Amino acid sequence: MSLLEIEDLRVTFTTADGDVHAVNGLSLNIDKGETLAIVGESGSGKSQTAFAAMGLLAKNGQATGQARFDGQDLLAMNTRQLNKIRSKDMAMIFQDPMTSLNPYLRVSDQMAEVLMLHQGLSKSAAVTEAVRMLDAVRIPDARARITMFPHEFSGGMRQRIMIAMSLLCQPRLLIADEPTTALDVTVQAQIMQLLGDIRQDFGTAIILITHDLGIVAGFCDRTLVMYGGQIMEEGPTDDIFSDPSHPYTSGLLKAVPRLDKETAELATIAGEPPDMSRLPAGCPFSPRCAQVLDNCRAERPSLEVTPGRRRACHLPVKEVA
Amino acid sequence: MFPNRAAVEGVGDAMELAEVKGRSLWADARTRFFRNKAAVISLIMLIMVAGFALFGGVFAQYENDFVDFSLIGSNAYKGVPSVETGHYFGTDSNGRDLFARTVQGTGISLMVGVVGALVAVIVGTLYGATAGYYGGRVDGLMMRIVDVLMSIPFMFVLILMLVIFGRSIFMLFLGIGLISWLDMARIARGQTLTIKNKEFVEVAVATGVHPVKIILRHIVPNLLGIVIVYATLLVPNMIIFESFISFLGLGVQEPATSLGALINEGSRTMQFGYYWQIAYPLFFFVVTIFAFFFVGDGLRDALDPKDR
Amino acid sequence: MLSFVARRLAVAIPTLLILVVLSFVLMYSAPGGPFNSERPLPPEVLANIEAKYGLDQPFWKQIVNYVVGVVTQFDFGPSFQYKDRTVNDVIAQGFPVTLTYGFWSFVVAVTVGVSLGVAAAIKQNTWLDYLAVGISIGAQVLPNFVMAPILLLVFTLWLGWLPGGGWEGGQWNYLIMPVIALSTSYMASIARITRSSMLEVLNTNFIRTAQAKGLPMRRVIWRHAMKPTILPVLSYLGPAFVGMITGSVIIDVFFSTGGIGQFFVNSAFNRDYSVIMGITILVGTLTILFNLVVDILYAWIDPKIRY
Repeated sequence: MSLLEIEDLRVTFTTADGDVHAVNGLSLNIDKGETLAIVGESGSGKSQTAFAAMGLLAKNGQATGQARFDGQDLLAMNTRQLNKIRSKDMAMIFQDPMTSLNPYLRVSDQMAEVLMLHQGLSKSAAVTEAVRMLDAVRIPDARARITMFPHEFSGGMRQRIMIAMSLLCQPRLLIADEPTTALDVTVQAQIMQLLGDIRQDFGTAIILITHDLGIVAGFCDRTLVMYGGQIMEEGPTDDIFSDPSHPYTSGLLKAVPRLDKETAELATIAGEPPDMSRLPAGCPFSPRCAQVLDNCRAERPSLEVTPGRRRACHLPVKEVA
Repeated sequence: MFPNRAAVEGVGDAMELAEVKGRSLWADARTRFFRNKAAVISLIMLIMVAGFALFGGVFAQYENDFVDFSLIGSNAYKGVPSVETGHYFGTDSNGRDLFARTVQGTGISLMVGVVGALVAVIVGTLYGATAGYYGGRVDGLMMRIVDVLMSIPFMFVLILMLVIFGRSIFMLFLGIGLISWLDMARIARGQTLTIKNKEFVEVAVATGVHPVKIILRHIVPNLLGIVIVYATLLVPNMIIFESFISFLGLGVQEPATSLGALINEGSRTMQFGYYWQIAYPLFFFVVTIFAFFFVGDGLRDALDPKDR
Repeated sequence: MLSFVARRLAVAIPTLLILVVLSFVLMYSAPGGPFNSERPLPPEVLANIEAKYGLDQPFWKQIVNYVVGVVTQFDFGPSFQYKDRTVNDVIAQGFPVTLTYGFWSFVVAVTVGVSLGVAAAIKQNTWLDYLAVGISIGAQVLPNFVMAPILLLVFTLWLGWLPGGGWEGGQWNYLIMPVIALSTSYMASIARITRSSMLEVLNTNFIRTAQAKGLPMRRVIWRHAMKPTILPVLSYLGPAFVGMITGSVIIDVFFSTGGIGQFFVNSAFNRDYSVIMGITILVGTLTILFNLVVDILYAWIDPKIRY
């Protein structure tokens, strides 16, 4: 049984300007200890997928479908039931470390409360444990610095604290939502290194949500590419990189700067991300696709499943440039 | 007693954003304002109240200081509001026509509110823009003065002034206006700090335009949105202010009157059952205040369409 | 922290001095005031003032005398109206009354306002929210001088439940109407500020983090959302305090509670300058001290503020 199995997930937001369909029939699964990358541009629904699973959608959001964690459907749970799983079995770290920690509470209090809640530790035992975890994410002088406030740490340090906080109860699944987007490039590398170590040391399954294909390679077992709230393609990361089977993926790959090849200019994908309240009837990518076919605009391609891979495209695999 | 500063400041940010997006802010704002039902109804109400204050006198059957001696002593049954006697709103305890007095009181209250708000906004904007434009030590000193003045309970000082220099409408205008410019100064300063780093100001500085001219020509016009919203929200507070002082009997002097003074008079006679004497002034007071608040809120939301 | 308080005091003290000097200059320049002897004063009063300030002395000496008296001994000098009373006597009589109902009004405004605002924010778009928003909009047009007559009309004249005025040593039934009349509009403002502040805080990323930890909603609200929610309320308390102390004048006049407001207005009509000045300075001192406390509280709650 998969650790997390999402089936036909749909997320809709009710707004004054009509419904916004952020996720449209997404299915995925992740096994114990596995790493899965969800890649897509901003607004492709990748973050909302994670929020839906964690029960953290904004008030006007509504999720349907199923998201089974250990066989239990998260979407059918009320907040009280979810709270027993959140952070204990399934934790999440967020995009912006500058605003994701409570600026009004000491780091020690913010970390200790997780252990006090889920493991019933006393305050002092919880703080000791929290210090240990801060050591593990390589915060120097953690014992002294744990009583400081978040604004006294740099962005990279705060993301380390977030990671340490999410690992306190040794969850089986860690969802990392763009964990490095807000950070400097050198700090990005350190954080990715840290996440890699965590996977090895704790055996945590990780869902890495990112728009940056560059950090996916060498880190994730599998990669899932999303566009317009739908799966474009999915497969082992190496395969996706070596022979993409979807024009969108190949477009993304061409837009990644590479050191080994000397290209005059970086390719970009023309056009703008889709308006999620008015998705085209056919493939959501069709308005921007360089290899668009006639039926792409009218008919949504169904998900072809081949061993290890899935893709949704009318264009035959061989013709993808 | 003053509009919430934080609520107003968003207007400045929104205007900046609109400028970046290159949309016509004012046209957009007008559309949004007229979609806001509460604001539009309030605007109509305000126009009606202003009309009442301006032209109500035409319909009055009596002068506002005419004492109807025939009613004295029998106010309870002869002074009641009636179309037949021509006292549409009844008479006050002195046998004066309450309709005529309410017309006059509404007018004075509106005038004090508008003029007081204007004084406050003009003084505050110029002061704040100057402090923000010069920055550095000038700014520090000017804003420190504002801080100091803010913590003085000015209503008491104003009453002291009214007592010492005698009561007059002019003193009221001056006093109320001078009390309320402080918040506007802070808002204007904050906005100026961002505006002065814009290219058009920098160009003006570089080409040697005189600072006074820069402040008046380049900075103040860009504060207009926020100033209008703040002024609209300030007017009802000014009316409340004036009514407060008139309620104490320290405001406008007889035979002139204002809504606050009328409410005060009415509140003294309601125990005898002369409810109309408080009801009519109170009605105009409440409608005016409500309408100003809603129009102000509508303007703010129109200029700063952030979900609240 | 200590140096922070010291720096705040360094602003507060000159502010007070400015207030004292300003009041004195106003009084000194008053036409018909005692200092230019246009108005015949009772000889005893004149003697009191003479002894206190020395009317033949130059202006600067008088002002120094006054300021020194105020600062070193809280001595506001003799009344200009009553021969056997000093300003301090008047304050001693009226201030406890003002303080009592002022304190309760403040407590009611803050506790009810904050609770209502928090409840409305948590239950956004429910009847409770609409009720709270309705009350806070309605109360904008119900300043104390409108509230007071309405309360009197309903509870004294129609229902006959409460006495229409007086103090009687501050018994609860004499306290109710002053407290409600004084606190309503501030309660409403506090509720409105709390509501929008809480809504904003609940939308922040760190609240999402707290929820992702599996904390129960109650704990998220109290432990994570309350501090940032209360900060804008705290900044409003200074103006609210000034407003209430100003409003106490209305309360004293309308309900004959006998607080300093009543003496203030009487003195205003009688041109009893020294009493007006004394009360103005007292109120100013209170305001400045209150703002100091608010500043310290703010710095204590918000760790980002550097002392």
